Amino acid sequence: MTENMTREQRIQAVIESLKDKPGALLPILHGIQDDLGYIPSEAVPAIASELNLSRAEVHGVISFYHYFRQTPPGKHTIYLCRAESCQSMNAEALEAHAKKRLGIDYHQTSDDKTFSLEPVYCLGQCACSPAIMVDEEVYGRVTPERFDEIVEAVKEEA
Amino acid sequence: MSTKVYVPCDSSAQALGANRVAEVIGAEAAKRGADIELIRNGSRGLFWLEPMVEVETPQGRVSYGPVRPADVPTLFDEGFLKGSQSPLFIGPTDEIGYLKNQERLTNARVGITDPVSLDDYIAHEGYRGLRRALEMQPIDIVQEVTDSGLRGRGGAAFPTGIKWKTVHDCKADQKYIVCNADEGDSGTFSDRMAMEGDPFVLIEGMTIAGLAVGATWGYIYLRVEYPVAHRHLNQAIEAAYAAGYLGDDILGSGKSFHLEVRLGAGAYVCGEETSLLESLEGKRGLVRFKPPLPAIEGLFGKPTVVNNVVSLASVPIILDKGGAYYRDFGMGRSRGTLPIQLAGNIKRPGLVEKAFGISLRELLYDYGGGSASGRPIRAVQVGGPLGAYLPESQFDTPLDYEAFSAISAALGHGGVVVFDDTVDMAKMARYAMEFCAIESCGKCTPCRIGSTRGVEVIDRIIEGKQRGRNEELLRDLCDTLLNGSLCALGGMIPFPVLSALEHFPEDFGATKTHAA
Repeated sequence: MTENMTREQRIQAVIESLKDKPGALLPILHGIQDDLGYIPSEAVPAIASELNLSRAEVHGVISFYHYFRQTPPGKHTIYLCRAESCQSMNAEALEAHAKKRLGIDYHQTSDDKTFSLEPVYCLGQCACSPAIMVDEEVYGRVTPERFDEIVEAVKEEA
Repeated sequence: MSTKVYVPCDSSAQALGANRVAEVIGAEAAKRGADIELIRNGSRGLFWLEPMVEVETPQGRVSYGPVRPADVPTLFDEGFLKGSQSPLFIGPTDEIGYLKNQERLTNARVGITDPVSLDDYIAHEGYRGLRRALEMQPIDIVQEVTDSGLRGRGGAAFPTGIKWKTVHDCKADQKYIVCNADEGDSGTFSDRMAMEGDPFVLIEGMTIAGLAVGATWGYIYLRVEYPVAHRHLNQAIEAAYAAGYLGDDILGSGKSFHLEVRLGAGAYVCGEETSLLESLEGKRGLVRFKPPLPAIEGLFGKPTVVNNVVSLASVPIILDKGGAYYRDFGMGRSRGTLPIQLAGNIKRPGLVEKAFGISLRELLYDYGGGSASGRPIRAVQVGGPLGAYLPESQFDTPLDYEAFSAISAALGHGGVVVFDDTVDMAKMARYAMEFCAIESCGKCTPCRIGSTRGVEVIDRIIEGKQRGRNEELLRDLCDTLLNGSLCALGGMIPFPVLSALEHFPEDFGATKTHAA
């Protein structure tokens, strides 16, 4: 049903459904990002007025958390783990390869809008380092070659 | 009768291809008309064998691994449904040395049951702790936990019983149980495994905590990086509500407990209990000044128990078998068991739950089998990004909270990350400071500014610029962070930095003449 709604209506619908929870701001921000892929600037005044917060407070929360984004992501987001366990298994080389392969740095989206790249500090896959997550799928023991295979496979299924 | 085949759904098993293996097994069985029941269990934690497939035979479960999708037809040909030998045959699962010698109390069911099946949970001694707790007075539940000697498994190691007693004794119209499921430490994955592989044990533990202190609401503050845990927890909570294990009248007792999962949003500092509470309240995850303690003024200003996943997941067995049973494992003031996680550059990474007291050397070589690369192990970081780097000379330290603090290290969450001799320890020290700079909540100056300055000072040391002076400056800065920070993020970041400098001075360009 959300397809027929404008972005403003979708934002409003998320806020309506969650605003009565105690500490509703984080669930609302997750709800909006799950629906739209990011938290557009027009969501800020809408949330602020419903939760009786200042716009600065809402903006302050969005910018505090690494996971929330204020610009649209690519079709797929690749999260690359930078934590120690992955580093011990050559994550640095994987990192360099991924940036080169995708032609982007962290927090950027490829020109064709297919991939966004985000660093992450531990995916909890330390027993199969180095690890990446593409959207919600995790991959362990990722070599540069395997990275390319994963990227190709994800592209194809899209 | 159908044969039970187990393929783990743990996210690390998935990361190694378990979903595809499960699909192929299902398709192959259908094609061959084999009558199987495919169960997605948690992981046994033997990750070098994942995806590890188990088959139930009259002699018990036997395992095969690591199984790739292409291996499946051959496994069928070789008669794996009857537990026959084949190149991938590991043997009876319970007889695998790595597993057999463990003392699994908290993770007793992980890898054995279907994580989201309440029936399976109950069939494997689940909810016995809660049933007993429902017949007890709240203060007696608190006493049982105190008697067990359980200390927080999140890292700070504070006695759980004392925390519960404080909340129990508070008079308030509302109290909360908050589970800190924001385990963001590299090298730790036991929370994730417990939540993915046995979510009911956490739900049961939190319900018992609620009964003990008089709290009727609980929140699990979960990392957004753990989507499988999120799904499993929500499915399990739904099943627990439907069967009357959660809700307004738990098993007809008249007692109520409600539970909800809340997602974090990728801030490491929210694993600190007060910033976690701020985050749950819908704010920036800024650390709070203490006092007041969260036990007295916690979530929404109400008395709140904040415990880690493993701590709460240890409660059901304590209530089921008694505090003394649990206390009889361990050494000194470290009682019970610790789920240890072997990670990084190690041949056999995995979960090892043992009573406190096992040495690092036993873990690294007897369990872990040495490094994955085959090169010498040079440094081991224990306890996450804020834990010290230990050199080989300290590998005989027993895993015990006090023994670790005696060598200026932290046992933390029991995560063990292994590095071989290609590691550059100056780079790791720099990374620790950089991590602190990225993750600082910004409330206190030592952590906010100190971490950024720390990166710069380490850079100058690496470049060899006024090495002696800069090393002195780094030590001074670490002293400020250690003594002046508001929480453990700034307060502990000197541990990895100073231990790297102390034990591996050659990586910082030190020659013997000015190593000190």
